[in-house]
Amino acid sequence: MSVNAVVSESRVWPEGLARVPYWAFQSADIYRAEQQRIFQSDCWNYLCLEAELAKPGDFRTTFVSDTPVIVARDADGEIYAFENRCAHRGALICLDDRGNNKKDFSCVYHAWTYDLKGNLIGVAFKDGIKGNGGMPASFRMEDHSPRKLRVALVHGLVFGSFSDDVPPIEDYLGDAIMERIERVLAQRTPVVLGRFTQVLPNNWKLYIENVKDSYHASILHLFFTTFGINRLSQKGAIIVDKSGGHHVSYSQIDRAAASDAEYASQHLRSDSDYRLADPSLLKGFDEFPDGIALQILSVFPTFVLQQIQNSIAVRQIVPRGPGRTDLNWSILGFANDTAEQRLARLKQANLVGPAGYVSMEDGCVGGFVQRGIAGSPNEQAVLEMGGFGAESSESRVTEASVRGFWKAYRAHMGL
Amino acid sequence: MTDVFQTIVRAQADYARCIDDDRLESWPDYFDDPCTYKITTAVNHRDGLEAGIVFANSHGMLVDRVSALREANVYERHTYRHILGMPSILSHENSGVRTETPFLVARIMRDGTTDIFATGRYLDLYRLRGDGAKLAERIVVCDSSRVDTLLALPL
Repeated sequence: MSVNAVVSESRVWPEGLARVPYWAFQSADIYRAEQQRIFQSDCWNYLCLEAELAKPGDFRTTFVSDTPVIVARDADGEIYAFENRCAHRGALICLDDRGNNKKDFSCVYHAWTYDLKGNLIGVAFKDGIKGNGGMPASFRMEDHSPRKLRVALVHGLVFGSFSDDVPPIEDYLGDAIMERIERVLAQRTPVVLGRFTQVLPNNWKLYIENVKDSYHASILHLFFTTFGINRLSQKGAIIVDKSGGHHVSYSQIDRAAASDAEYASQHLRSDSDYRLADPSLLKGFDEFPDGIALQILSVFPTFVLQQIQNSIAVRQIVPRGPGRTDLNWSILGFANDTAEQRLARLKQANLVGPAGYVSMEDGCVGGFVQRGIAGSPNEQAVLEMGGFGAESSESRVTEASVRGFWKAYRAHMGL
Repeated sequence: MTDVFQTIVRAQADYARCIDDDRLESWPDYFDDPCTYKITTAVNHRDGLEAGIVFANSHGMLVDRVSALREANVYERHTYRHILGMPSILSHENSGVRTETPFLVARIMRDGTTDIFATGRYLDLYRLRGDGAKLAERIVVCDSSRVDTLLALPL
């Protein structure tokens, strides 16, 4: 189906990447088109962690935007994903968030049964009762199953795609993004320390813009500056992949510019009168030899991997309608954490999530935009900080990765 | 036992009133030092997942939570109304009194919109102090895993 069939003819995107029309955040036709052109098309969507499916028979239910999905590890040891939609009349097949030792999934409505790969393996009363009723002779179970997703694993992250045309995940992400996932997750087993859903009163793209917006970080989020935690001795940069859709923003302790002693003294010096009564919140441990203290990484369309000091989390963004988004947080530790390291992670988890010292604001600011633009679908956002392009940058005072998102978005949407 | 029950009920009522009256600076005083304060979800609690939406293991961390809300964090003005059920006294030993108390918290936004923000239970360990009681531990177990927009004020 062409995009014009679902997107109103009057939608004309402005030239370049530095303007975004507000109807993009408001319109039901755009939202419907996104389901087809992005979430069910040639993108990789984050599904869950491989660690959540450690053993054969383990399963999770999740979402690719509107579409409910089952992810399971089969007896053959492989991970499979398929729609959580019975091929008979469309009911949810599985009503649990997760579970173990599953042999098959049986729809409660008429007991159509599926194996862990999503194949239909049983139809109740298929041959009728005493020769009466039953399915016609032409009915073949192998012709009926929920749609299956392609599955790809990246350092313990499970991605799925409805498309046969999507490039392999390594090509989709590119080397720079792959390396940055690797530095956080490779060669160790994540442990989920907590799961929370933050219900955002705004379009999903406003949250994605926020994640990619390195310009707002020191302005909206005042926790570090208020408490005199000086970050001037840190240098940072952003990486935008060539599609524009994926990004990394990071900051790094500049060991050349500040000796450790100087850094330690600067750590507590600022114009602010406020100090943490219990600074142990930020007393982390040396986890990353590269000195990168903060790394926010996004994968188009709806995945975020976050490292803020020792606070590691994955965020799955689930669009629920033009003005509503679920943000699923999984707070992570690792299997080889010591007790002290685990405690440091629990303390630093205060930085993130629905009550996070540095992420609380991100939960409400999208709503401020959604409400602010309510009467102005034909007005436009201005994205000129750092120029007009969508390239990697040594400066984080830029909206380049936000423009990158719109570049990728428009390519997928045909807008 | 009646005295203990009354002491706990009084402590609970004062705690809720302190938050609902926006006297957050006094909120840490309801806790011992050291203390544990954690907001979590019923599912995470059941599954033994350790991380909280909020986690503090010292009086100072509670003070910092209030300072951050007052000085650093950005959120739309709102208040809570705590409605507490009767505490169940689970045990009473030298180490303290363990109680479980159901709560319902309505959130009132600045435009007057009022919604049920959270329901759940307080799993508490109180230490009796003179004729009062201080919280050595409060695990706030929210029934739902979903938080609307953000969680700023303590529960």
